[in-house]
Amino acid sequence: MAEWIQACAVDDVDEEDVIRFDHGGRTFAIYRSPDDAFFATDGYCTHEKAHLADGLVMDDIIECPKHNGRFNYKTGEAKGAPVCINLKTYPVRVEAGKVMIDIG
Amino acid sequence: MTMAKKRDYSLVGESTRRAIETGLASAEWYHTDVARKTMKELMQRSDGPAIRDTIIWIVAILGSAAGIVWFWGSWWIVPFLFVYGVLYGSSSDSRWHECGHGTAFRTRWMNDVVYHIASFMLMRNPVQWRWSHARHHTDTIIVGRDAEIAVMRPPDLIKAALAFTGILDFRYSLPTLVRQAFGTLSDDEKSYIPEMEQHKAVTAARWHMAVYVATIAVAIALKSWIPLVLIGLPRLYGTWHMVLTGLLQHIGLADNVTDHRLNTRTVYMNPISRFIYWNMNYHVEHHMFPMVPYHALPKLHELIKHDLPVANPSMWHAYREVWPVLLRQLKYEDYYLKRELPPTAKPYRGEFHDLDITAAAAE
Repeated sequence: MAEWIQACAVDDVDEEDVIRFDHGGRTFAIYRSPDDAFFATDGYCTHEKAHLADGLVMDDIIECPKHNGRFNYKTGEAKGAPVCINLKTYPVRVEAGKVMIDIG
Repeated sequence: MTMAKKRDYSLVGESTRRAIETGLASAEWYHTDVARKTMKELMQRSDGPAIRDTIIWIVAILGSAAGIVWFWGSWWIVPFLFVYGVLYGSSSDSRWHECGHGTAFRTRWMNDVVYHIASFMLMRNPVQWRWSHARHHTDTIIVGRDAEIAVMRPPDLIKAALAFTGILDFRYSLPTLVRQAFGTLSDDEKSYIPEMEQHKAVTAARWHMAVYVATIAVAIALKSWIPLVLIGLPRLYGTWHMVLTGLLQHIGLADNVTDHRLNTRTVYMNPISRFIYWNMNYHVEHHMFPMVPYHALPKLHELIKHDLPVANPSMWHAYREVWPVLLRQLKYEDYYLKRELPPTAKPYRGEFHDLDITAAAAE
């Protein structure tokens, strides 16, 4: 069942960057791509507990700050060792300057 | 003073169990505060510096190899062997390292190509070592967890000295590749290579062995040592610089702590060594922020050095500093060098150390 919540304002995230968003004991990562679209994934790397929001966004890739594991943040696909498990992604929509994500 | 327990460096033994139980394994580590905007700038990737350095590297390798072939049989070969050996047996380590992190080039395939070539030069299984290095970054110098502790305690000084010749590493690396090529991974290797990746490690070992067998076949066919002097043997005669620089990364410093300032060392080095080592002399900085490419490490160093122990001004200084510590560790293996922080730094994060070790520290 859908559960849309407000994650942040559009201006909170720079282009080609990511921020951390905590809600209900869970951690998410909110991305703004170079072409100004928004995406959301789980906030922790699937390899080890590291905040992806401290990592580097390059095109459609988020690189984990701890071991440089790479995911496609649009699809959640793990791009190779040391990450082998895909990242969970969440639907995102922008409403009146707010970034909403569906965590349901 | 209670007696500290002996260290068990296997990755599936008593120290492993204790590291997991106490929370030392996969712990949160200390990081110097750096503004996100600044860190983003430092983390930015570009192909330019690594392409430039790799072209120089390849040209120097091919040039010195040509010199070896040309001057074969005369004493003029010596300087070419010296250069080729260091490029093959030592500079490959930093290329392996940086490209393994994926930070040297922006373009992924370029990192992968250089990573695999360098892994071969080092006689390192590229799959196994990618995982062992990930573990090294998760659990840096955590006994029972870190697969890349170069000098264990109490230190074996003869072994450390022999490391400069490459004999021990060669003796370890080649049989390891042979074993892996026959499909056998050790328990330690299995502890850090995920099951789904283990078959890839076997395949990689087989490729490496195939090239070595082909090299031996060519040497026999040509009735010449040249193929082996160019492929394989540089791992013996060219390793010394890798050991000279690499040993300083962690030797004599604390273990079982979660603050890289306590267990890792930054040493200023000459420009040639820095080229060979790709700036890994800024090792505290690298461990704290592994996302920062090698060419940005000097800038990162300037930015955070207020929070780090003062860097050793030279390799000579660092070895002079660590030598008495090693001698003392022969009798008291808990002894270590605790380097002083500048007044501008945040205090050491040493809670695990205080908890775990009854050690004496030299300041």
